[in-house]
Amino acid sequence: MTLPLTETPTPATQAPAPLSSFQKYPGGPGAEPPAGSGAEPRGSAALAPRSFLAKNPSVFWFLLALAVLTAVVTILSPALGMGAMSTSFVKTLGKTLCLCIAALAMDVVWGYTGILSLGHMAFFGLGGYMIGQWLMYARTEEIVVAALASDPIPPTAIEIAQGVTTQIFGVVGSSDLPLVWSFAHSLPLQLMLVVLVPGVLAGIFGWLAFRSRVTGVYLSILTQAMTLALSLYLFQNDSGLRGNNGLSGLQNLPGLAETSQDDLSIWFFWASALGLALAYLLCAWATSGKFGSVLRAIRDDEARVRFLGYPVEGFKLFVFTATAVLCGLAGALYYPQAGIINPAELAPIASIYLAVWVAIGGRGKLYGAVIGAALVSLLSTWFTGGRAPQVPLGFYTIDWVDWWQVLLGLAFVCVTLFAPKGIGGIFDRIAPPDRKGAPLGPDDGALMEKEARE
Amino acid sequence: MRALILAFLALLLACPVQADTVAQIVAAQSAAIEKPSRQTIGPVISSLAASGDPMAAQVLEAWGDKRLGQRKSDKAFFILAPDSAGYALTDLSGAAAGTAAKAEITELKPNAGVRGLIAAALVQFTLSDPDPVKRAAALNSIAQDPNPESLEPLRAAIETETDPALKAQKLRLERLLTIRFDPTPEARILAIQSFGSDSGIDLRAALSPLVATTRQVAETPSGNIARSLRPGRDISETEAYDLLVAANLAPARLTIEAQKKALAAHIVDGKVGGISLAELSDQKARDLAYTALETSGAVPAAATADEVTAAVAKYQVFETYAEPDPQVTAAALEALGGIDRSVGLMTTADLAMDGVSLAAIYFLAAIGLAITFGVMRVINMAHGEFITMGAYTGFVVQTLVPDKTLSLVLAFPLAFVITFAAGVAMERLVIRHLYKRPLETLLATFGISIALQQVFKNIFGTQARPLTSPDWLGGALVFNDVVSISYIRLAIIALAAIFLMVFLYIMKRTRLGLEVRAVTQNPTMAASMGINPDRINMLTFGLGSGIAGIAGVSIGLYAKVTSELGADYIVQSFMTVVVGGVGNIFGALAGAGMIGGLQKAIEFLNPSNTLAAQTYMILFIILFIQVRPRGIIALKGRAAGD
Amino acid sequence: MSALLEVSGVSVSFDGFRAINNLSFSIGPTELRAIIGPNGAGKTTFMDIVTGKTRPDSGTVTWGEKGISLLKLSEAEIARAGVGRKFQRPTVFEDQTVAENLTLALKSPRGPLAALWFHLTGAGRQRVEELAAKVGLTDHLSRKAGELAHGQKQWLEIAMLLAQEPKLLLVDEPAAGMTLAERELTTAMLVDLAKSHAVVVVEHDMDFVRRLNCRVTVLHEGSVLAEGSLDHVTADPQVIEVYLGRG
Repeated sequence: MTLPLTETPTPATQAPAPLSSFQKYPGGPGAEPPAGSGAEPRGSAALAPRSFLAKNPSVFWFLLALAVLTAVVTILSPALGMGAMSTSFVKTLGKTLCLCIAALAMDVVWGYTGILSLGHMAFFGLGGYMIGQWLMYARTEEIVVAALASDPIPPTAIEIAQGVTTQIFGVVGSSDLPLVWSFAHSLPLQLMLVVLVPGVLAGIFGWLAFRSRVTGVYLSILTQAMTLALSLYLFQNDSGLRGNNGLSGLQNLPGLAETSQDDLSIWFFWASALGLALAYLLCAWATSGKFGSVLRAIRDDEARVRFLGYPVEGFKLFVFTATAVLCGLAGALYYPQAGIINPAELAPIASIYLAVWVAIGGRGKLYGAVIGAALVSLLSTWFTGGRAPQVPLGFYTIDWVDWWQVLLGLAFVCVTLFAPKGIGGIFDRIAPPDRKGAPLGPDDGALMEKEARE
Repeated sequence: MRALILAFLALLLACPVQADTVAQIVAAQSAAIEKPSRQTIGPVISSLAASGDPMAAQVLEAWGDKRLGQRKSDKAFFILAPDSAGYALTDLSGAAAGTAAKAEITELKPNAGVRGLIAAALVQFTLSDPDPVKRAAALNSIAQDPNPESLEPLRAAIETETDPALKAQKLRLERLLTIRFDPTPEARILAIQSFGSDSGIDLRAALSPLVATTRQVAETPSGNIARSLRPGRDISETEAYDLLVAANLAPARLTIEAQKKALAAHIVDGKVGGISLAELSDQKARDLAYTALETSGAVPAAATADEVTAAVAKYQVFETYAEPDPQVTAAALEALGGIDRSVGLMTTADLAMDGVSLAAIYFLAAIGLAITFGVMRVINMAHGEFITMGAYTGFVVQTLVPDKTLSLVLAFPLAFVITFAAGVAMERLVIRHLYKRPLETLLATFGISIALQQVFKNIFGTQARPLTSPDWLGGALVFNDVVSISYIRLAIIALAAIFLMVFLYIMKRTRLGLEVRAVTQNPTMAASMGINPDRINMLTFGLGSGIAGIAGVSIGLYAKVTSELGADYIVQSFMTVVVGGVGNIFGALAGAGMIGGLQKAIEFLNPSNTLAAQTYMILFIILFIQVRPRGIIALKGRAAGD
Repeated sequence: MSALLEVSGVSVSFDGFRAINNLSFSIGPTELRAIIGPNGAGKTTFMDIVTGKTRPDSGTVTWGEKGISLLKLSEAEIARAGVGRKFQRPTVFEDQTVAENLTLALKSPRGPLAALWFHLTGAGRQRVEELAAKVGLTDHLSRKAGELAHGQKQWLEIAMLLAQEPKLLLVDEPAAGMTLAERELTTAMLVDLAKSHAVVVVEHDMDFVRRLNCRVTVLHEGSVLAEGSLDHVTADPQVIEVYLGRG
C-alpha cells in the first residue's frame, strides 16, 4: 500500500538536528509540546482521519478497472452481446477472477504477514470439493428421479438416494454413501461447509504450527507437507470423494438444466467479478488500518511485536484461517466454472504456483497479487493451449506447449532476482509512493536486530 | 441299461484287485479304460500301479501321454509310436507288435482329470527312479499338489533312498502328507508335533486348511465346532437369516426390487391393493399394499420381520473346522500359534531391514539437502531435479557403455561431476544473490526446478527410462522364508554408510571441512580470518548437489527414471532434514532412520494402501514437530538462534 | 513497600554454560535502578528472563501485588501485564511511519479483532502527537522509521516504550549513540519517569550511571556481586577487581 498523499518535507529539509528541537523545551518528560499550540505541525497530518478511499487510492482504480472489464466481457459474451467471445473464454476469464481472489488471500498471508504458505490452493480445492458435492448430488438426483419416473410405482426417498449413490460411487465400486456426503443434499449446509472445512482445517493446522513457533522456511515446508497429505488422502478411494476420479459434471447447475452454458458462464463471471471486488475491499480494509500495521510488523520482526504485547500467534492464526476461508470461497466459485475437480488440483505444486503468481505480481501490494495471478494464469492457458505461435529456429522448433514451463520457471527466477517487487513495482515508478530515501522491500523492512533475535 | 452296467462295473472294481500282469488287468478292465472318467477309473489305475509288473510305469506313462491305442479289429491295446506309415506298436508285455495304419487304431484320449490320476500313480515309480533329478522333480510335484494317493508311494520310497538330502526331503514331505492325509489321528498329531518350532511355508500350508472354518446353521450344531455365533452379537440378524436362506431352511426375504415388481404387476385402476400409486413413494405404504395383495392371494407370502427373527431364533449359527477331529485341530492350532509367534518375530526383522534400506535411500536423497539447508540455510527446491539429473546421467552412460558394471562405475563419478557443476552454476548465478532472503531462495530454486523438470521431459520424453543394475546385483540375500533383502538394497545401505564416512572425514579432517564449519558458525569472523566465504559457499553447494547426483544414480537402479523421479523424493527429503534437525549430519541420519522405519511400519499395519501410509506419515511428522520443533538432534542454547 | 518485581534464586544455563546463577533481584513500583557489569555478566539474559524470552531452569519471578508468576506467561502476556522493554540497538518497524510505530505501541486492546476494528480516537491521536513532540519527532510523523537517523530511532523507541504505559521499564543502554545533550535529556526523563514507574537501566557508561544517581546492582558471572549506591559499589574491592579494575 502506498503512503498518505500528504505533503511532506523533502529530503533537503528533513531531519532538523534533534538537539536543537530538544533545547526548545528542555523540561523533559511531561512538558507541554509547543507543537500543540500555534500552527499545526506538518507531520500530524499523518494522523488526521481520512476516508478509506483516500487511504487506499488503488481501491478506486481497481474497482473501476474491474467494472470496465465486466462491462466489456458482458457485451462481447455469447449470452447477451455480440458473441465475439466464446463461452469457454468467458469461463476462463471467470475462473481467472477466482484465482485472483486466492492470490489476494495469499498476498495477505505472505506479502503482509510473511507466512509463505504452500497450502492455500488446498483450501481453494477443499472449497471446490464442498460445493462440488452438492452440485453433483443434486444434479445426479435430478437424473435419477427422471429415470425412475418411467416406473409405474413412484420411487421412495430411499430408492432415490440409493440410485444417486450408485451413480456417483459406481466408479469406485462402493454402494454406500460415505459419511462425508451426509450434507450433500442441502445447499445451505454444503455452503456452510465451504467456509467451515477450510477454516477448521487451517485453524487446527495453524494452531499446531504457530503454537510451536515454527516460522520461515520450516513453516513453508510444513504447509507443503500438509498439502501433500491432504491430496494423497483424497487420492484414495476410501476418502469418500471418489478418489482420483474426483467430482465431475459440476458445470451443470441443478434445476437449471434448460439454461444454456452461455448464460451460466456470464452469470458466474459476474459472480466472480463481484466476489473479487468484495474480496479486494475486504483485504484493503483489513490491511490498511492498525490490523495491517500489526501484520507488517509481524512480518518484519515478530519478536518485537510480541514485546509490544500483541499475541503474535493469535494474529497469525487469525490471518491464516481467514485467508483459508477466503480461498475456500474462491474455490467454490471456481469449480462450477471448471466443471471438474480432482485431487491433483490440491497437489503442493498448485499452491507453489499461487506463490509464483503473487511474487511475479508483487508482494505486499493487493493489486500486484491480482495482476500476477491474472497475467500468469491467462498466459499459461494461452501457451499450454497450443495457441501460441511456434518459434522456428532452423535446427529446432520451439513448441510452447513443451517450453512454456521452462519459460515460466526462468521468468520466475529473473523476477525473484531482478524485480523482487514484481510487476506491481512498475506502478510505483509511474506514481511513486510518498516516501523518501531508498524504497524498502518487505525483507529489508526491519533492521535485523541481533539482540532481539538471539 | 448302460448306466446299470457301469454301476455294476464300478462295484466290481471297488473290490481289491488281484496283482496280475498289466496286460491281464488292462484286458479285464478294457471297458473302463476305453471310456474312462475321473470317478470310475481310480481303482483301475491303482491296480495297474500296484501290479508290480515292470511294464506298469511304461503303460501308464503312455496312457497319460495319449500314446495308448486300441486296434479296431481285435480290441487289443498297444503302446503307439508314430512312424511314417502310421504307428509302430508295442504290446503290453513290452514286445514289439508290428505296425498299423492310423485308421486301424483308436487312440485313447483320457481327459485332464484322468490324466491327473495317472500322473499321481506314476509318482511312485519316479520316486524310486534311479535318476536323482527325476526323484527331486517327483518330490516337487507332490509338494506342489499334495494328494492322499502320494502318501503310500512316498513312504515306500523312503527306505530305498540313497541321497541324504533327498531322503531328508522325503521324510519331511512324508510328515507333511501324514498331517493332512493319514487316516489315524494319532499319527497326524505326532506328525504335527514332530515339527517343533519349524515355521516353514510348507508346514503352514499343510496346517492352515485343517483349521479353516465355515459358517453353518442347524437346529443342533454338529461337527468339529470352532465357535458358535450369537445372532445380534457376533453376527447380524440379516447375515444369519441369509445363511438360513442359503441352506434352504427359510424362504428368501422380499427385496425392495421384488416387491416393487410385484406391486407394478398388480396395478388396477391406478391403485395397488387399494392404495393409490401416488402414495407408493413411501415404503410403509408399499408394505401395506403388498400385505393387501398377500391377503387377496395375488402374491406369495414373504417373510416379515417377525418371521425372520423367529427363524433365526430357531436355528443355531456356528463355525466348524474343515478337519473333523478335534484333537487334530487342537494340535494344529497350537502349532500354528507357535509358528505365528516366530513368524511375527521374523517379519519384524524383515521389516526392520526394509526400514533400514528405505532409510538409506532417504539418507542419500537428503544428505545433499542437509548440507545446503543445514550448513548454508538455503532451501534448494531444485534438489529433486539434481537427483533426476544423476539418474538420467546413469541412463545415458548405460546407452553408451553396454557393460553394466563398467557403466555403473563410470556413472557415479560422472553424475557427481555433472550435478556438482550444475550446483555451482546455480549458486553463482542465482543463490549467491539471495543469501539474505531465504524464502526467496525457496521460490527461485522452485522456478529452476519446474524449468529443469520440463527440460528433462522435452529431452527424455515422459516414459520411464530403464537403468538396469549389473547381474551381480540382482537377486536377494535370503535368510529364510520370511527374511530376505535384495542385494541392490544392501548396496544402497553400503553406499549410504560410505557417504556418511566420507562426509565426516571431509568435515572433521580436512581444511575444507574446517573452513565450512567456520563459515557456518560465523561468516564474518571466518572472512576476517582469511577464509573466502564465497568460495566455501560455492563448494558446499556443489558438494550437496553432487551427492544428489550420486543418490540419483542409486535411486534410479531400483526405481523408474522419469522426469518426476526427484520430485517424488523431495518432500520426504525435506521431512528427513526437518525431523532430524538442521545443521547436523547425524540429524539427517536420525531423520532418515525415523522416516524410513516409520513408513515401513505404517505400510505393514495397513498394507493395502500406500497412499494412506504416506498421509499418516506426514500427519505424524506435523505432530512430531510439535514435540521437538528443532528436530531429533537439535542444536541447543544460543547457537540455535530463534 | 512491596516489590513490583521479585526475582529469586533464578538460574539458567546454555549448553552447560551458566549464564545466570542463583540470581535474586527485586524492585519497587517507583524506583530507578541501574544494572552494571562486564560483558557476559548476564544482563541481557536477565532481561530475557523477565520479559519471558528465556525460561529459567530454576527459581521464581513474581510480579505485582498479587504475586503472579511471570514464568507461566508468554512474552505478549508479560508485556500486557506492564513490562516494557527497550532494546540495546533500536528496534523499530522501519517499513512503517513514525505515526504507525507509535500507534502500534499505544496502550489499547491487543487482540486481532480489536486491531481490526481499531480506530484512532481523538484522545489517541493527541497522545501520539504528545509522545512525538516529547522526543522531537513531530515533523517526522509521516516518515518511514527506516529513514530516521540512528539517534532518532532511539528516541522513537523510547516514545514507543512510553506509549505502552508500562509499570516496569527495562531500558538497555539508552545512551548508546547519543550526543551529550541527548544523554542529559534521557537522564532527566528516566529520573522523572521513576517518580511514577519502576525503571531498570542497564548501562556500561559510568558517567551516565552516576548522573542517574540511583541504587546500583553489579552483576558478575550471572549473579549479584554487590548492590547499593554507586559510591558504595565502586568502593567494593570485588567490584573493582572484576569490573572497574579492567577499566
